[in-house]
Order: sequence, then C-alpha cells, then structure tokens
Amino acid sequence: MTGRRLQEPLGTRLDRARRIGFEFNGRPLSGFAGDTLASALLANGVQLVGRSFKLHRPRGIFSCGVEEPTGLVDVGAGAQRTPNTRATLVEIHEGLIASSVNCWPSVGFDLAALNNGFSALLPAGFYYKTFKWPGWRVFEPSIRRLAGLGRASGERDPDRYEELSAAAEVAVIGAGIAGLSAAVAAAEAGAATVLLTSSAAPGGSLGWRAGPDRQRVADLAARAAALGVKLLTRTMAFGIYDHNLLCAAESLPAGTQAASAGRLRERLWKIRARAVIAATGAFERPMLFPDNDRPGVMLAAAADKYAQAYGVACGGRVVIAANSDSGYAVAASLRAAGIDVAALIDRRPPSDIAASQPGLRIITGAAISRVFGRRSVRGCTIVAADGQGIRPERIDCDLILSAGGHAPAVHLHTQAGGRLRWVDDCAMFVPEGHTPGLASAGACAGVFAMEDAAGHATELGRALARGQAAPAAPVGGAGRSLAAAYMPNVRGKQFVDLQNDVAVSDVGLAAQENFRSVEHLKRYTTTGMGTDQGKTSNVNALVLMGEFTGRHPGQVGTTRFRPPFAPTSVGLLVGRRVGELYRPLKRLSAEDWHAARGALFENFGNWRRPAAYPLAGESLDAAAQREAAAVRRTAGLLDGSPLGKLEIFGPDAAEFLDLMYVGTLSNMRIGQARYGLLLNEHGVVMDDGIVARLGAQRFWVNTTSAGIERSSAAFEEWLQCEFTSLKVLVTPVTSRWGNLTVAGPEAWNWLAAAGFDPALAPQRMAHMTMQECELDGVELRVLRASFSGELGYEINLPDAASHALIERLWALAPRFGAVPYGIEALEILRTEKGYIHVGTDTDGTTLPGDIGFGRAIERKAANFVGRRSLLTPAARDPGRLQLVALLPTDRRTRLPVGAQIAARPPPTLTEGHVTSSYHSPELGMPVALGMLARGSQRLGERVRVHHLGSRIEAEVVKAPFVDPAGERLK
Amino acid sequence: MMHIPCPWCGARDENEFVCGGTSHLQRPALDVSDEVWGAYLFFRDNPKGVHLERWRHVHGCGQWFNAARNTLTHEILSVYRMTDPVPQ
Repeated sequence: MTGRRLQEPLGTRLDRARRIGFEFNGRPLSGFAGDTLASALLANGVQLVGRSFKLHRPRGIFSCGVEEPTGLVDVGAGAQRTPNTRATLVEIHEGLIASSVNCWPSVGFDLAALNNGFSALLPAGFYYKTFKWPGWRVFEPSIRRLAGLGRASGERDPDRYEELSAAAEVAVIGAGIAGLSAAVAAAEAGAATVLLTSSAAPGGSLGWRAGPDRQRVADLAARAAALGVKLLTRTMAFGIYDHNLLCAAESLPAGTQAASAGRLRERLWKIRARAVIAATGAFERPMLFPDNDRPGVMLAAAADKYAQAYGVACGGRVVIAANSDSGYAVAASLRAAGIDVAALIDRRPPSDIAASQPGLRIITGAAISRVFGRRSVRGCTIVAADGQGIRPERIDCDLILSAGGHAPAVHLHTQAGGRLRWVDDCAMFVPEGHTPGLASAGACAGVFAMEDAAGHATELGRALARGQAAPAAPVGGAGRSLAAAYMPNVRGKQFVDLQNDVAVSDVGLAAQENFRSVEHLKRYTTTGMGTDQGKTSNVNALVLMGEFTGRHPGQVGTTRFRPPFAPTSVGLLVGRRVGELYRPLKRLSAEDWHAARGALFENFGNWRRPAAYPLAGESLDAAAQREAAAVRRTAGLLDGSPLGKLEIFGPDAAEFLDLMYVGTLSNMRIGQARYGLLLNEHGVVMDDGIVARLGAQRFWVNTTSAGIERSSAAFEEWLQCEFTSLKVLVTPVTSRWGNLTVAGPEAWNWLAAAGFDPALAPQRMAHMTMQECELDGVELRVLRASFSGELGYEINLPDAASHALIERLWALAPRFGAVPYGIEALEILRTEKGYIHVGTDTDGTTLPGDIGFGRAIERKAANFVGRRSLLTPAARDPGRLQLVALLPTDRRTRLPVGAQIAARPPPTLTEGHVTSSYHSPELGMPVALGMLARGSQRLGERVRVHHLGSRIEAEVVKAPFVDPAGERLK
Repeated sequence: MMHIPCPWCGARDENEFVCGGTSHLQRPALDVSDEVWGAYLFFRDNPKGVHLERWRHVHGCGQWFNAARNTLTHEILSVYRMTDPVPQ
C-alpha cells in the first residue's frame, strides 16, 4: 500500500497552502493543515503504526474515526505525553510528536512479536487455565509487561482542564444532515438548542464529500447559527446520565493555542437538557477473513473518507470484500476519485446491484481466504464462499477494504435505557422506539435514506421542542446485508476484535465451553473490552456467537453500552480538583504565628495544624516530649480552634440534648458543663465532647475537631426527621469562634497576668463550668475543662481576635516558662490521663459500656439515640472488648499501636488490641491504652502483645497513669 | 446524575444532596423486643418501583424532605415535607 495525495477538489478538509511538519517514531514527516495524524501518515505511505495488545502483530490504520481499534499512538513528550490516542482523531499541528504503542525496541522489529508464534498457546482465557500453579500473581507482572498499550508520562500533568455546566431545552448530538435538520427545527420552534459535534466543523459525511450536497449542509449550518443554535465543535458527547444530564468532552487542540505547558487542554460540558436528540450516525461492520488485521486492510467507508476529505489514496490497487450493498457505493466513489479497484468480492449471490457498476470486476458468492504480506498487503486469494463453483484465484492488490454493512451508533440510546431490535435484511441493531428523554435520528436510528433522515429529524426537532411525542423513525435505506461475516474452514486467524486480539476461534472456544450469554462471552474472550469498546467488533462477535450456538443475533442480544462512549482522560473528569483544590485544607487564622514559632504542620482531618514545635535539631518525638513535660510543669498554649462548636437554641433545647447524648444535660445549672457521648442508633460511639449551658434555652456544644460534620449532621437529621415536634435550632459556629487552650499549673497565673477577669480564677470558677466575659472589649466564652489533666482554660473568642490574643499571651510566656504545644503533646497528655480519643481508641463496634460509661445510662430516663441497642444480648455480653490501661512488664518496650493481644502468637483468636501508646515524660516509661475482652475484670493480669512476630509482656493496670485522684483539676 | 426538586430551592443536581434511605420508619419505644428493634435497625424493603425515601439538601438549604422515587427509572414522582403523611 503506497499512499498518495489526490488532486482537488478531493481533500475538502485540507488547506493545501499550509504545510505542517510533525514527527512520528522519530521520523520527520509533513502534512497539510486539516489533516489528522492518520491521514497524514497514510499520505506519507506509513502503513505500520503499532503492535497489537497480546500477540504483538503488526497493525495499521483501520478506520477514519472514533472507532479506531489499532491506530493508537502516544502523543506529546515529557509530562504532556498522552498515551493511547487514536491517530484518526489527532489533528496535526506544527511540532507534533507521536510514537507507536506496545512495541520494543521498535515498531518494525518488535521482540515480543514472538508471542504470535505461540498464539496457539494463548487462546481466550489462557491465563485462567495456564497460570493456575503456583498462582496468577507469579506470572502477572511479566504478562502485564508484554500486554498493554501506551505508556503514561508518569509525571504531573501540567495542562489545565475545566468544567462547564449548561442547560438546554433541546440538545442535539451529531451535526450531519439529521442533526442539523433537528437542531434547525427545534430552534425554529423556539427551543433553546445546543448542537454538539465531535468534528471540527458541522456537516457530517455530506460535509466532507466533494459534491453538491456540501452546499446543502453548509446552508443548514448557517441557518442554525442564524437561529441562535449554540454549536459546540470538537465536542464528543460521551455519556447520558439520569434525568438527561449529557456529558461531553470538548478538546481544545494544541494547534489553536500555544502548545506550551499549562494550556487549557479539555473542557467537560455538563448539559442538563429537557430533550436529547442523538444523530450520531453509524459505524461500518468489518468482514472477517484470515489475516484481516494486516496493515493495508481497512474499512471501506474509511478509505472513501480519506480520499474525499483528506485527498489521500490509501492504496493504488484495491480489492473490496463485501457482504452488503455499501461496498458498491464505495467502489463507485473510489473509482470516481481515480483509484484502481481491482475487484469487488461479494459474499452474496448475484443480484441486480452489480449492473450499477459498469466496468467493475465483481465476483459474487466469493470471499477472501488468504492475505499475502505481513507489514503491508501484497495480494489476496479469492475462493467460493460456500466452497463450490469458483476456482481459487490470487489477486494482486495493496489495499483490501472491508464492507460488512452498517452498525448504527446506538450507544446513547441504550445508555438512556432504550432497547434494540435486530433488522434482518440489513443485519443491524436499531433502536426500538425512543426513550422518555432521548430520541434518535438519522443513521443511528436506522434511517439511512438521506431525505427520510432529514424529514424525520425535522419532525423530531419540532416535536421535542414543543414537548410533544417523538415521531417513529422510518428505518431503511441501508441496502441489504448479510449477518454472516466469517469464512469457515480456512487457515489463519480471522480477527473479530483487532485491539484485543480476539479471533473467530476464540469466540468458537467460548461457545464450546458453554459461555452462552453475550456478557460472559465478552468477559471471557475480552472482545469489546479495549479502549475502542468494540465499536468495530461487537456486532460481529455476537453474530458469531449466534452462529456457534444456533441462535439468531436478536436472541443473542448485545452487551450493555455504558458510558463513556469514547475514552475520556482522567484530567477531564477531575477538572480543577487537583493539588490544593483536591481536598481543600482548613487553616488556622494564626497559622503565620505558629509557623514563626517553628511549627511542624501536619494534616489532622481537614485541618492543617501544628503537630509540634521542634527546636533546631530536635525530632518531632523529642519536641512532643518536651512540650508535654512543660504543660505538666509550667503551662502550655494550644491552638484549639478546629474544635467543633455548635450552638443549640430553643425552648426544647435541653430535652433535645438529653435525646442526643448519653449523659443527662437538662438538669445542668446555667454555667455548668458536662461531658457527653454521642451515639448512633446502633449504640455505637460516634463522637464525644462537652456541653455547657449558657442560658435556660441556650447551650454550647463542643464536638471533636474531626467529628463536627457528622455530629451536626446527626443533630439535624434527628431534629428534622424524628423529633419533629421539638422547637430547637442547631447552629454550627466552628469557624466563627477561635479557641485557645491554656493548660498547666501556671495557667491561671499566666491568664491573670494577661488581664483576664479575676472571676475566672480557679478558686472562684469550678472545673467544668463556662463563663461569658470580656477582655478589652472582646467577648470571651471561657470553659474550665481539661484534656491534659492539668488546670485548663479553653478560651473561645471571635476567630479574628485569636491571633492578637496569642501574641498577648506569648509576650508573657517567658515569665512562666510556658510553651506552645501541638497535637502530639496533647495525645501524650490525654493518654497519660486515660482519656479516650474517639476514632483512635474506639471503632465502629464500641459501645459506651465498653469505655466505662455503662452506669451513666442506667440512671437516665430519656429514650436517647442508640439506647435500645445497648439493651440487646450482644451489647450486654460480658466478653466484650473494654478499655484498659496497659504497661509493658519491662517498663521499657513501647507497645505498638494496632498490636494484637492474645495468649498464643497469631494466627489465633485475639483478645484485643493496643489503641494508643506513647512514652510518658511524667512517668519516664511507655504507657498505652487498649481494648481487651473482659478488660474491666482483668486488672493486674499479664497479657501478651504480639507485633510482627515479636512478643511483649504487658500488665493491665489502673487508669489514669497520672494524677489518679484528679488533684490537679480541683 | 439526578436532578432533584428540593421543595425549598427548586431542582438541583444530585451531588448537592445526601440520601437518608427509607422514610416513614416508626422508631419503636424502649420496651420492644429485640426482634422488633432489629427489624427497625436493619430490615428494609428494596422495591423495584416507587420507593419513599428521605433526602437532605446538604449543600443547599440543609433541609430534609421526603421523595417518592421510582428505583427503576429514577423518576421522582413527588417531594413532600418530613411531617407530611405517607402519600397515596
């Protein structure tokens, strides 16, 4: 096959005045503006484009569009390299770099092509059968290396992607004559209409064919524009989702912008449309014959389009293999373009259609039994299709075209829930009626006659614009076609799925092994599972399945067509949600202050918080030890602003809180605060916190920093859905209030020096109380509470004022030997006190009784959330895991978090696990918390802790480790 | 992605909402049997057809409401308040 350019007017897409240079596999080549990479390669005589997925067979360009199974290339270089791009869709631009996929060292000499020699050993499902011993995982890495397609860059994508939402009354997909007619009619009827085409310009096949109909579609396009139809070009509708959400990928080719890094590459359109009209055309169904995958075998309509639109003759001497009328039209078109058609081989018996082609050699009742040439086609052998009546004959040619009839692009119709029916005389699946949201027009509806398509689409556009029922499609005009496409009893592989190397014999094997469902066939043979999703192979595969199992294609049915219709990049779907926008972090308003103190920031939940403030040369662990020790000795300052905060108002607020929390809160005096556990209806601990009463109908609720979203969601759900008669308002105020926690024996002295109200002094303000007060006109809500076990003040204040207060306190810190402390020190302090951290010490099975809150429940009257679940036999099982304090027997070895507690080394039934573990600066030894079966009954017992093969002896001891009498909180 | 008619804000994309599952569950009293409590916690109908369920417009007005949705077609037949009776 030696490609060459044809004279104008052929090449309607080209601007021959603009020559464009590009590179393929390191070779400099050139084409014209308007060329695709595929058309430019064909024009340059490049036939061998890539190697196949499994067998590494040489492959070329097979189609002229989105259905391309074999012409896959990696485009771009460095971080912008895009793998597995279809050469048929890539528009060339100056400086384009492309390379073949799945070959090493080169596409011409590919070592793994040895696979092809062993292809008899690699049938469908070979890996299920062959690699059973010692296990698939042993073989998988090397098989994965051999199989596959392009390579991703492995670097961060520097380009940009964006997402746009739009609404339309009528959305039309496809801008051929049907789509244009529908859009014009809808707009004329007054509907806000969008028209999407994956091409660079509207017009469809009439638009690129040199001839009188070009003007007709150009006029329609002009009419649509005048009516205000919004036209989106280079925009591929890839999915239709619930309630008519149409998603489409607009590609912005490098040629239209600077090809520099950071350009906008693709745009995701999300169009909510009242009605959708699919006018997506049809694909061509290939013929099956031995070696039908050779470079130089391609779809007939593709060769026609290359000639008409791109002015490329894909070969000099052509043989057309057909079982449909469409092959005759292609023959006529190619001959008119000056291309030599050596013969048309029609599998069907003689008919009068032959008379339309004077001078063309037509051999009916015949098929190809052999293709000569490996990396290009040199000829083929013709035999009788039924084995009789025709003497085998070799015909020299350099291009074999495949015309197996049409396959309407029914993808969107089936995505929308539509059914299909098989039409026998033209051997195709067409939509069975319309779906409520989407109607089909033109070839994708099975309407191939041009005037019928235009007329029906016009009626459809008008009806849907007016909210009327969609008129039925006048299916027809495709000519006659045979379902049967393969040649029995000949040597050589007849490929059904060119991309995944699935041959007729593989489908036969699947049938023989009793895979009868088309869904099983697909998964077992992998047919239709490539990046092309079987656009050229699905119909042949299920027709074959029908032949092998004695069923009609309509009985075999099709697999479900799922979105996306064509491969979409991950970047398109992700859009701008990358980097810092992937999961936006919440930041402390005093972040700069912490940074200036040398804070080591880590992410805790969605918050970026200081883990510790290491001094020069100090490790994180050492810093946390130093900070925790300072809090016990003098005082420390923690930025607790992320602490969850809710205000609860209303006449029924107290009653509501009794229903939400394990503890009783309604009998608190104003100013009093209590610890509360929040459960779900299964009785499982969801969160904990402190509730303070600010007034008769006003409460302040602290949740954990990580638990605020789930806690406030639970409050709203119970309030709105179950306790609907209660008059209560729940207001999340986390970001409104900053929180600075000052803890340690010097805490009050420090605050007093800073000018805090003497009413807050520990002698006057009891532990677990809250006071509203002011400091220099700034409102404060000060809670005396402690998560460290030391005298502690949680100072809540308007968030904007927190930075100033930190500065004010910090100026006095040297006087008291005070330090800032981070989350790591806080965890040490609370573990020393035996305080739980919900989600660390508890999990999705922990009930309040398991962590020492059994008695609080017995005393309470309200049917609070989760209470009934605590009465079940499972909840009262004495063998449950219970919170315990653990010390290593040697007082030296830290117990690893997650280590299992068991009498024997694993694998064995375990008795529990370690949940929190730190070195205690106060005790000078490691301390830990854990959950242990019957833990509360096992004080003083020795247990064995197992960790990665090692065993550590530990003792169950009494908590807390520090200040058991709570003297420091008085 | 469904387009859900919030009774307060109008139709919005599904990703502004969370689904809270079957609606009109009767929360039993404390003194019911374990079987009754277990059925309330765990056992749900999974109809092919109309399902009454509750949704929250969490990235919007924050309000819970009921919806009658066809689980087969995703058609939302009606939306109504949490305190409204079961529609006929």
